[in-house]
Amino acid sequence: MIWDDEFETMPRETLQSLQAKRLQQVAERVYALVPFYKQQFDKAGVKPEKIKSLDDLQRLPFTLKQDMRDNYPYGLFARPLDQIVRIHASSGTTGKPTVVGYTRRDIENWTELMARSFVAAGANRGDILHNAYGYGLFTGGLGAHYGAERIGASVIPMSGGNTKKQLMIMRDFGSTLLTCTPSYSLYLAEAAAEEGFDIRSFKLRIGILGAEPWSEKMRNEIEAKVGIKAVDIYGLSEILGPGVGIECIEAQSGLHIWEDHFIPEIIDPITGDLLPEGEQGELVITTITKEGIPLIRYRTRDITRIIAEPCICGRTHRRLERMCGRSDDMLIIRGVNVYPSQIESVLMNIDGVEPHYMLIVDREGTLDTLEVQVEVNEQTFSDEIKILQGLSRRIEKEIKDLLGISCRTRLVEPKTIARSEGKAQRVIDNRPK
Amino acid sequence: MKVKQISIFIENKSGRLAEVTRLLGEKGVNIQALSLADTSDFGILRLLVDNTDVALETLKEGGFTVNKTEVVAVEVPDQPGGLCEILQVLDKTEVNVEYMYAFVARNVGNAVIIFRFDEIDSAIETLQKEGVNLLTREQLYGL
Repeated sequence: MIWDDEFETMPRETLQSLQAKRLQQVAERVYALVPFYKQQFDKAGVKPEKIKSLDDLQRLPFTLKQDMRDNYPYGLFARPLDQIVRIHASSGTTGKPTVVGYTRRDIENWTELMARSFVAAGANRGDILHNAYGYGLFTGGLGAHYGAERIGASVIPMSGGNTKKQLMIMRDFGSTLLTCTPSYSLYLAEAAAEEGFDIRSFKLRIGILGAEPWSEKMRNEIEAKVGIKAVDIYGLSEILGPGVGIECIEAQSGLHIWEDHFIPEIIDPITGDLLPEGEQGELVITTITKEGIPLIRYRTRDITRIIAEPCICGRTHRRLERMCGRSDDMLIIRGVNVYPSQIESVLMNIDGVEPHYMLIVDREGTLDTLEVQVEVNEQTFSDEIKILQGLSRRIEKEIKDLLGISCRTRLVEPKTIARSEGKAQRVIDNRPK
Repeated sequence: MKVKQISIFIENKSGRLAEVTRLLGEKGVNIQALSLADTSDFGILRLLVDNTDVALETLKEGGFTVNKTEVVAVEVPDQPGGLCEILQVLDKTEVNVEYMYAFVARNVGNAVIIFRFDEIDSAIETLQKEGVNLLTREQLYGL
């Protein structure tokens, strides 16, 4: 099913000329209305009227998260507050939160994009949505709420917390859709088992999961343990909130980004150069319809690549590969870009290996070295040296196959790698600066 | 005829071996025999102790990765050619030795070789058929 046939299946040529037109408009708007952008454009020596085609986009300067902080709270708004009907903010784990404002039309567009996303994920008006995304400053709860109402589903505005109550409501109300983070969906399954029932016997059929990176292996685990189809959704508050991109239920492979509202680019996170289509790098998004706070070439710091091949679902909007990490975490080892999440995915795919690991990067002479420390547990331990060495070699080989670099595995005793609730420290870089 | 052995994963850093023996000593576990196989990064400590279950529990609680395996204890005449005879018996069969280590048990009087086989049951069968003296746990610990 497709929510908005006209736009979602628009021929690419038409879509691109629509993008070009909207790009030109947004460039003019921000130049006229946002002093920050006037300054940035002038500094880069670009006049907005020179932005005529999609190729001209790369002449525009990037917008960074720091720019939003520097203009806290309302400095980047393109509309006066009397036209802003909603304000959201990011969690702001470091320093001030980033603040975004929506006009009435922004809310309308967001609602439509979330409606498209729900339908792409397989939802319809007969569904009952258990919305466990947080309601509040975070965009997740309200974003999903409005979109699901738009398609006519019945929305249960649960928000986060109180897992026991969540399970009772989910079971008694006969929820068929679940929106939450992937890890919370697994937690719900475990909590249900502890309460003595099986979440798979509930009426849940689809989970629309996002707001944190997850792997294909985790998808399989969720589908098996929660008894649902698990679909990935992408979004960030700076750009919109949830509903920037969605996996379609038909393919469950890559997230369609709504290109009539956003222009995605992939750049080299170090040099800032645009990369050829299909290459992996940092996702940069330009919002071409936003009124409240339009952003030009916003560096998301999410790492992905664009899949240009047509999708079996019939939508013409290109897809983003599942996010593979953050550019902040990227290491360059012997000239190769390495994300800790890639190493994690290798370890996760080897039975019995703990997801706790540490990467030690060092330099011997002129050569970078990578050591991967992995904990030995009862499942992987053997009293025979050759079996443990076989495990080390397998990890080294799979990392080499994936990344093309050699590393050295070091097996360490259990629980010697620090655990952390929040962002785990995974890398020690001992190279001389 | 099988004897239980415990194996412990030990990182190559100072104090780990001492920690294992300290934990076992505190619980009154006596070590009858030991062997340490090592690589540049880690070692595997294999122990025969008088109380396998207590040793296993204690070391797990102490944060070590431990497992239990079954090995065969063979009494070998303490004279030239003693070990050779036994190895020749094994050589005739398809049984592989994963590793072995030796010690002299006071209550046995002879040398004792601990074998870890890939197929322990057929190894025992072969050795017994050829009249090799296999030691039980009781004989080994002089119980």
